This record gives sequence, C-alpha cells and structure tokens, in this order.
Amino acid sequence: MIRFENVSVTYDGAAEPAVRGVDLEVPEGELVLLVGPSGVGKSTVLGAVSGLVPHFTGGTLRGRVTVAGRDTRTHKPRELADVVGTVGQDPLAHFVTDTVEDELAYGMESLGLAPEVMRRRVEETLDLLGLAALRDRPIATLSGGQRQRVAIGSVLTPHPKVLVLDEPTSALDPAAAEEVLAVLQRLVHDLGTTVLLAEHRLERVVQYADRVALLPSPGAAPVLGTPAEVMALSPVFPPVVDLGRLAGWSPLPLTVRDARRRAGELRERLAGREPAPGGPPHAPVEAPAPRPRVPVRRFLRRRGPAVAEAGGPAAEVRGLGVRRDRVRALHGVDLTVAAGETIALMGRNGAGKSTLLGTLVGLVEPSAGEVRVGGAVPRRTPPRELVRRVGLVPQEPRDLLYADTVAAECAAADHDAAAPAGTCRALVSELLPGVTDATHPRDLSEGQRLALALAVVLTARPPLLLLDEPTRGLDYAAKARLVALLRSLAAEGHAIVLATHDVELAAELAHRVVLLAEGEVIADGATAEVVVSSPSFAPQVTKILAPRPWLTVAQVREALR
Amino acid sequence: MPGEPAARGAEGGLHPGAWWLWALCLGTAATRTTNPLLLGLLLTVTGYVVASHRTSSPWSRSYAVFLRLGLAVLVLRLAFAVVLGSPIPGTHTLLTLPEVPLPHWAQGIRLGGRVTAEGVLFALYDGLRLAALLVCVGAANALANPARLLKSLPGALYEAGVAVVVALTFAPHLIADARRLRAARRLRGRPDRGLRGLLQVALPVLEGALERSVALAAAMDARGYGRTADVPAPVRRTTAALTLGGLLGVCAGTYGLLTAEGGTYGLPVLLAGAAAALAGLWLGGRRSPRTRYRPDTWGPRALLVAGSGAAVAVAMTLAASADPAALHPGVVPLVAPALPLWPAAAVLLGLLPAFLVPAGSAGPAAHPLDTAKEQPS
Repeated sequence: MIRFENVSVTYDGAAEPAVRGVDLEVPEGELVLLVGPSGVGKSTVLGAVSGLVPHFTGGTLRGRVTVAGRDTRTHKPRELADVVGTVGQDPLAHFVTDTVEDELAYGMESLGLAPEVMRRRVEETLDLLGLAALRDRPIATLSGGQRQRVAIGSVLTPHPKVLVLDEPTSALDPAAAEEVLAVLQRLVHDLGTTVLLAEHRLERVVQYADRVALLPSPGAAPVLGTPAEVMALSPVFPPVVDLGRLAGWSPLPLTVRDARRRAGELRERLAGREPAPGGPPHAPVEAPAPRPRVPVRRFLRRRGPAVAEAGGPAAEVRGLGVRRDRVRALHGVDLTVAAGETIALMGRNGAGKSTLLGTLVGLVEPSAGEVRVGGAVPRRTPPRELVRRVGLVPQEPRDLLYADTVAAECAAADHDAAAPAGTCRALVSELLPGVTDATHPRDLSEGQRLALALAVVLTARPPLLLLDEPTRGLDYAAKARLVALLRSLAAEGHAIVLATHDVELAAELAHRVVLLAEGEVIADGATAEVVVSSPSFAPQVTKILAPRPWLTVAQVREALR
Repeated sequence: MPGEPAARGAEGGLHPGAWWLWALCLGTAATRTTNPLLLGLLLTVTGYVVASHRTSSPWSRSYAVFLRLGLAVLVLRLAFAVVLGSPIPGTHTLLTLPEVPLPHWAQGIRLGGRVTAEGVLFALYDGLRLAALLVCVGAANALANPARLLKSLPGALYEAGVAVVVALTFAPHLIADARRLRAARRLRGRPDRGLRGLLQVALPVLEGALERSVALAAAMDARGYGRTADVPAPVRRTTAALTLGGLLGVCAGTYGLLTAEGGTYGLPVLLAGAAAALAGLWLGGRRSPRTRYRPDTWGPRALLVAGSGAAVAVAMTLAASADPAALHPGVVPLVAPALPLWPAAAVLLGLLPAFLVPAGSAGPAAHPLDTAKEQPS
C-alpha cells in the first residue's frame, strides 16, 4: 500500500539528508508503528507519505514514494487526499471549519462526493468515533481527546486507504489515549485501513502494532520487523520491555498481560525485598517535621534556592476556588508543598491542573481561599519579586522565549532575574551541552527548547519549580535527562510540582501524587499508594508486579543487584 | 428528519441569509427615523429576538460587543456636540464651557462655549440612529454564523470564501495568543500589564500566527483543498473571456451612468457586463469539483423571517415620506417626541421571527455548562 524505494530527503540549506536510504513497504491493512529517538526524521517519513514532503516543505526527495500506486512526485498532496488521511501533531492546526459536523464533511466536500454519500458517512463516522453527542459543538469548546477524535474523523470520512498519524496520543490523558487507540484498532480490523503512526509514548501503542519500523539514528536506514524483534534492539523502549530485558525473557513481552503471565518467577525473586522509596533517591522532607539541616543548608547557600525560607512550606494552598466564565475550574483545593518535595499533579484533560499551577504563579486570580508561595501572595507580588519565589515552565515552553538567539535569551534572563551576568548561560551549557550562542530558539528540538526554558526559569533560583506537561514530545533519552536533572534539583532543596499525563514520569520522580477531577482533589498521598490503587494511573511495572508496590524498572534493578 | 430544516442545529435551522436580511432591513428602518421611541422599540425587538434565539457558540457573543460599540458611538457623538458645539440654534443653555479662542483661519470651528439642550438632544437622536444600525448588524452576527453565510457563495468564489473564513477565525486566535504570551511575561519577572508588554509580545504573536497559518495551509492541502476538475480548454477560455469582458462592461457601464453624455448606453452596458460576469462565475464553478454538505435551504420560514424584516423597512420608508414630522421629532423648539402609532406597529412586525423559528434550537444551547467545563486546562 505504501512503498518507499531508496528514499532520501534533504531540506533546503541542510548539509545532511534528514532521512537516507529508506526502503520500506507497508502492506494493506497493517498498523505500522514508526519509532526512534527525537530528530531521526520520523515526521519527514510521515510527511513523504502524504506528499507534504517535499511539495509543501520544500527540499529534495530522491528515490520514489508510492501510495496505492500513485507516485508522490507526480501527485500533489491534494491529489492524494482521497487515498491518504493525515493528522499532524497539533489537531487545532488541522481544523478548517468551526463545528464538528462541518469539519467531518470538509474533506468530502473538497473531493466532490455526492451529498447523500456525505450525509451517510458523517453519521457513520459520528457513531464510529463516539462523537454523536458533539455534532453541533464548536470545535474550540472540545477537550483534547475529543479534538483528536474529531481530527481523525475528519480524515476518515473520505474513506482513505491509508491513515498517517503523528503522535496522536502524546497530549492526551491515559483514558483519552485509550479511546483514540481503540478507534484506530477498530479501523484496522473493521475497515482494513492501513495505519502508519509515529509515537514517543511506546507504552501506550506498541501492543497495537502489527509491525514496527525503527529509525535508529539520523540518516540510518530503518529496521522493520515484528514488535518483539524490533524492541529487542531498539534504543527506545517502554518500561515493560525494559523489565523483560532485565529479567531475560524471550521473546520480549509487549503487553502488561504477557509480562504478568511470565512474572511469577520474578515476583518470587523480589518476594523478600522492599522497593527503595519512590522517586528521587533523597527522601522527601515532610512539611511539619524538623528537617535535617546542616549538610543541605550548606549546599543551598552555594547553589540552591534564592529565598532561604525560614522553615515554612514552599507553597501553601487553602480552600482554593477558581471560577472562570461562571464555571468552577477549582473548588476547595488544599495543598502543601514542602521544600525538597516533588509532587505530580494528575487527572484527565481539563481537570484543573494547569489552573492550579496558574494560581501558584499569580496568572490566575483565585475566587476563594488562599494561596501562599514562600509566604507571599502570588497575585499581589510584583513579577520581579515573584520570579525569585516560584518559576513555571508552561506547557508550550516557546511562550517564555522572546529573543532570537540563545545568547540574547540568556542575557535577558540574567537581567530579569537580577542575577550576575552569565548565570543563565552556565545553566544552559550544563543542560544543553553543544548548543551555540547564535542558535535561534525556534531551531531547537522540543526537548532542547524545554531545557532552555527551564534554564531561563532557574536563573532566578526559585525555591518552587512548576512544570506543566514537561514530557510532551520528548523521547525516552530526553526524558531520562529531564528526570536526572529534576532529581538533582530536588536534592538541592527545590520543591517541584509537575502537572503530567505521563504515569511513568510520575512514578520515577514524584514523592507524592495529587489526583484532580472536576477541579477537586480526589486523592493525595505517597506515589506508591495512589498509583497502585488506580488502574488508569498505574505505571506498567506496578501493573505487572501488583500487588507489591514496585513502580519503576530502576527500583527492580536496584533490588535485584 | 427529511424535509425538516430545523435538524441543522446551531442556527435554528434557518438559512443564515434570512437572519442577515432581516437584521439589515431593520437597520435600514433605523436609518429612516430619529425618533428615540421608535429607535428604542427597534432595539428592543432585536434584543428580544437575539435573547430568545442565540446559541452558546462563540460568535453569539457579538450582540453584546456591538451593543457596547453602539453605546461608545453614542457617547462619542455627545462628547463632540458638547465640546465642538452644534449647528443647531438653541435657546436653552445647559452649561457654558470655557471657550478656547482659535486663530481666525480656523473660523467656523468652536471649542467649548455654550452647550444648549437642543444641540445635545439633536446629537443624542443622531447618535442613537447610528447605534441602532450597529446593533442590528450585531444581531445578525449573533443569530447567524458569518462563516455559514460565506458557504452559500457560488462555487467559483468558494476558495476565496474559505480564505475569508480562515482570516475571520485568525483574529480570535491572535487575541488569545497575545493574552497568553503577555501573561507569560509575568513568568519571566517582567510586568504583564501596560503597553510595552503588549508591544514586546507582538513579534512572537505574529510569528506564532504565521506558523499556524502555514500548518493550516498544509492540512488543507492534504485534505484536498484546491483540487480542480479537468475542464476542456474551450470552456476555460470562454470562462476567462466572459469574466474579463463582463468586468470591463461593468466598468464602462458605470462610467457611462455617471457621465453626462453616457446616459443612453450606460445602463444596457452595465447590465450586459454584469450578466457576462455572472455567466463567467457560473462556468468557472465547473472547474471546482466541490459539493456541498447539507447546504442551507430557503424554506418558507426563511422567507417569512426575511419578509418580516423587509416589511419593517418598507413601512418605515413609506412612513418617512408620508409623515416626516412624526419620524423626525423637532428639537427647535424643544418638544417631547410622540410615538407614532402605525410606524410603531410596523416595527413590531420585526418580532415575527421570535415566534416563527423554534427557540433554543436543539444544539449547543442545551448544555452551555459542560461546553465550558471541557475547555482544555
């Protein structure tokens, strides 16, 4: 159905080809997963299928790409629209009309299908994707999972033979991701659609794939095989595969179910041992308890948080309520963040996680209750003062970056934070070795941009660090670097609150997990307790080794040593 | 529900053109009178219809926006009348502002001085008329999505129509971006208020908007926007000739109508040109293979809604020529305006849509709360 023949793509102005020597054939009706670290050209390969590369992006494509027998060199994207449906990373950038029903019909209108056919297919698609109740809704009012489903539906209605998806579940909470993947599964099984998708969160998708295409490094030829074969040699792999490699299982398990069936022996070996305390190696500092001071203190003075808080918690939230457009965004939220503690805020899309972070930095005005950060009320503290108490890395790190070079960004950050010149640049060199002064922030990869924004925020050395959805678009290596960095920050005494959908990240980092639903706190406790008791928020290792509270592969590895 | 136009939720199942015609006719009626009682009645009519029929969609908030705009126009008109004086000779002095002496070359302009009740009242009537017109446009916006109206364009203009629709949705995105980035300045320790803050985010906002447009263009291309059907060369040439010739004819005809000696050929050339251009458009539509999904149809209801608006406009125009005094109450001497009975009854005809069209149409209006709740965090 899709055939790549010795394809290489070189973008204009680039010295090296973005992908090279791609020979790939995807047969009809298969779900093929494209994996690989960031920057190996996954999006380029996907774009070449729909013809957007090179017709839209520019650059030179050598070799031949054919889709359903049509050569993309002679067919423009619009002429492939009836055989290929493409959904990009950001569904919002994909929508042309403003209501769900019109959006589903748009592609068919362009292709000139008969009105009766359009009507029938819209109704079918509404049912297939469970969108019937939303048909008249303006797209702007939908949640993330709903938007992703509408985006998929909008390319499904013309009945394409091939569906191309770039990170369809990265921005979604676990339940919404399941929903989207169930839909894809149904398309492959019921309609025989060929699906090619790229995804960083392998733990969510690898078990659905018929085959996996691995791009191991930039410019390297892809490796195609069954999921188990490819996972055995892939540099990126989900925790279940990591655990399988550790225990020496062969063939590697890809699903929690497979792993559980083989885990009896591993459970026995782990029987007498206790998991090391969750999250960072350094134990959390309980708020009311007297803290071990002396060594940490010295460390703090050298590098740690700027405002040396006199024993109080890093942040305190009491009875917080926020209303927006007469809708309750948060209600009766109580939260205490102690110094050196890492908290993961979880909950479905729209549960109020970002709003809670917003109130902590004074972006959102509380309508009830009290918020104190390092003793100050964020909303009434001047921004210059506030950056030394709390720093937030927003969902889109780009929002924080204004300058056109890394050097200028760093100079501005030093100035904003009244820090000695060079502070920010030193942090950037530490986080992003090899990034030159003249680089434009826009040219950085997703992970690098996150690191730059983090460096900018850390320049003021805030005792409380907030991160909103930090692992969106990060591969496992970038995520591991982030985890290591956040752990060392926590060890230095920074309190960290992260809002995330990534259960594996929460399991690795957080001392405490706070679950939000409909703007209320529904669970607040040690990571192991909260995630073990919740099926949708449990990491894979916990599911495999339940009922014992093991959270990460690292813990298991440590215990077996 | 075959044959039941109300099935199409968001706009109450009515052709958006019907709402626009209704609102524009009421606006026309508003320009025929300065009687504040009639204008007030007209505003009440639009307000009632909007209140009973608007949906929870984002564009339905435009009524309130236009209402505020109208108020601003009114206030501005009054301020000008007070500061710059009024050509209306008046005897009832309300107050006397200090007059700024102006050089003699600025004769005829006055700054400050006497403010008369007559002048203020005249400005009030005049401003109210303009405000009523604006509010009528706002009502049209609130009742019918402008994007859906553009969908009713002929096929050849469809692509241009989509460009306009995309541009229309661009502005709200731009505002949301600017707001978000301005708020993000706070995270960098810079003040998030003030003009400087706004200027500094201007470049990133524009960059972001540009990027989004490029992404949207790619998505639209991949979804078949701009696909063309094969049209035989003669048809293509005929289309070009008809369109160009028609437009030339329209220009020549208009010129003829406006110059003294062209009175004889002006009108026929204009009409022929317009006909040729329309034929060109129709032929051009064959190049685009597009079809329409559930196009809005003109039902009897749409006809009645548009008709009720037209009736108000016609009645008001007739009344304005039959009894100008009632529709334009005098300010010199000062008299209290009276409500002319027949024109007032005619304005009430504009309420017809409120009873004709099923209110609170099935769609989004039913659950405004959970609409807002599911906004992304």
